[in-house]
Amino acid sequence: MSSADFLIQGIIRAFELIFSLNPYILSITGVSIKVSGTATILATFTAILLAFAISFLNFRGKQALVTLINTGMGLPPVFVGLFVFLMIVPVGPLGFLDIVYTREAMILAQYILITPIITGICLASIKAVPQSIIETVHTLGGTQKDAVIETLKEARFGMITAILAGFGRALAEVGAILIVGGNIAYTGSVGGIGEGLSKTRTLTTAITSETSKGDISTSIALGIILISLVLSVNILANYFQRTD
Amino acid sequence: MAFGNKEVLRNINFEIKEGEIFALIGPSGTGKTTFLRILNFLEKPIKGEIKYNGMKTPGVLDTRRRMSLLFQTPAIFNKSVFENVAYGLKVRGIEKKIVEKKVNEALNIVGLAGMENQNARTLSGGEAQRMAFARAIVYDPEILLLDEPTANLDPANVTKIEEIIKRIRNERRTTIVLATHNIPQVRRIADRVGILLNGELIEVNSKDGIFSKPKDARSEAFLKGEMIY
Ligand SMILES: Nc1ncnc2c1ncn2[C@@H]1O[C@H](COP(=O)(O)OP(=O)(O)OP(=O)(O)O)[C@@H](O)[C@H]1O
Ligand SMILES: [Mg+2]
Repeated sequence: MSSADFLIQGIIRAFELIFSLNPYILSITGVSIKVSGTATILATFTAILLAFAISFLNFRGKQALVTLINTGMGLPPVFVGLFVFLMIVPVGPLGFLDIVYTREAMILAQYILITPIITGICLASIKAVPQSIIETVHTLGGTQKDAVIETLKEARFGMITAILAGFGRALAEVGAILIVGGNIAYTGSVGGIGEGLSKTRTLTTAITSETSKGDISTSIALGIILISLVLSVNILANYFQRTD
Repeated sequence: MAFGNKEVLRNINFEIKEGEIFALIGPSGTGKTTFLRILNFLEKPIKGEIKYNGMKTPGVLDTRRRMSLLFQTPAIFNKSVFENVAYGLKVRGIEKKIVEKKVNEALNIVGLAGMENQNARTLSGGEAQRMAFARAIVYDPEILLLDEPTANLDPANVTKIEEIIKRIRNERRTTIVLATHNIPQVRRIADRVGILLNGELIEVNSKDGIFSKPKDARSEAFLKGEMIY
């Protein structure tokens, strides 16, 4: 079999797996969306609070917080994974939670990873609201509160972009969830491929393990789904950026 | 008034009368915008006070709500034309029905009726300026501060805005302070004129007075267009 044949066979089989709604693939996709989606929702609440506080309130340690967020935006996922892992192992400070190799641990790691990203982009879009908009609110008789509300409204598309960027980053990330989640599938093969349904196995971690096992068509199927998801998120983000 | 250690306005002392159109003229960079911003509490003078109706001001918000300032380059909210114009009424907690009536009135006045639902960011430069004008007059301010309200408009729209200014003053007795370097416009609509030169008010006079026998030689030079700037 030539290498081209090998690839074509792989791709054909990959589409078969996707369109037959293979349970192994579906469960992996489901875990990916659930884990990254939950992390994104939690991170969004935190990020909006942080961005609001930093933009409109004065408190001690504000500059330190901004520095922390800026540093956090560039954290390598494996580092976050290692950090969370050390926290949640039985002897660690969060050992009592007993969440090693669970989806909760993965959500925690991704939450730490993307909260600074969402906060940072929210902050930038709030900052990008021109001073003249705020002055116009005052000129037209608005209060300080009206000015804050208007600023947030003007920044709304930037904030949506921030949330989508966070979700995209979480979906595509592999290092952190691999360490704290362990890429576990339940035993017992389903649909003829892989092992059992996914426990903590996501699109990205499954691609690494299926590829090293040599199951190329499964990897390709997972890759197609991953890239479609990430692409859709980016298209959506682009749409909101243009609406701005 | 100063920005940093750059003094921008000094020794300004004059009165603007209720219901008049007061034109503040002077070359570019002379402090006209800064002066209007002080009247609207957007800048704080180092020294001095402003009395509205001869009273000490009862509070920034209350006083501000009796006037409005139209910026030289209006800032536009990313909302519909209707929502932009309605803004001043909404922050005052005005009832919805009245808001609708007032906004429609204001849009009619500036000739933008029918464009309520368009996103205001997509308006042309002239339309945006007229929308900002509607937004500034919609809540019937007692004092209207206009900073170059016709600078970006074509002649037809200039005439329209000038007519609106006169009409508002005549119908509502609104006091209008108009900053401009358009001298023909001053001739057309002002009652009294103040000439601001390098941050100093060199002359305040009636329109007829300032054009026929100015008190200051520099006023004459500026009005004749001989001022170098
Ligand atoms: N925020 C600021 N910081 C520093 N300097 C400023 C600031 N705002 C205005 N100035 C300066 O104050 C002076 C007066 O400016 P102002 O905008 O009041 O002039 P103007 O008479 O309105 O001019 P124009 O006719 O060009 O609009 C200018 O020299 C300007 O550079
Ligand atoms: Mg100006």
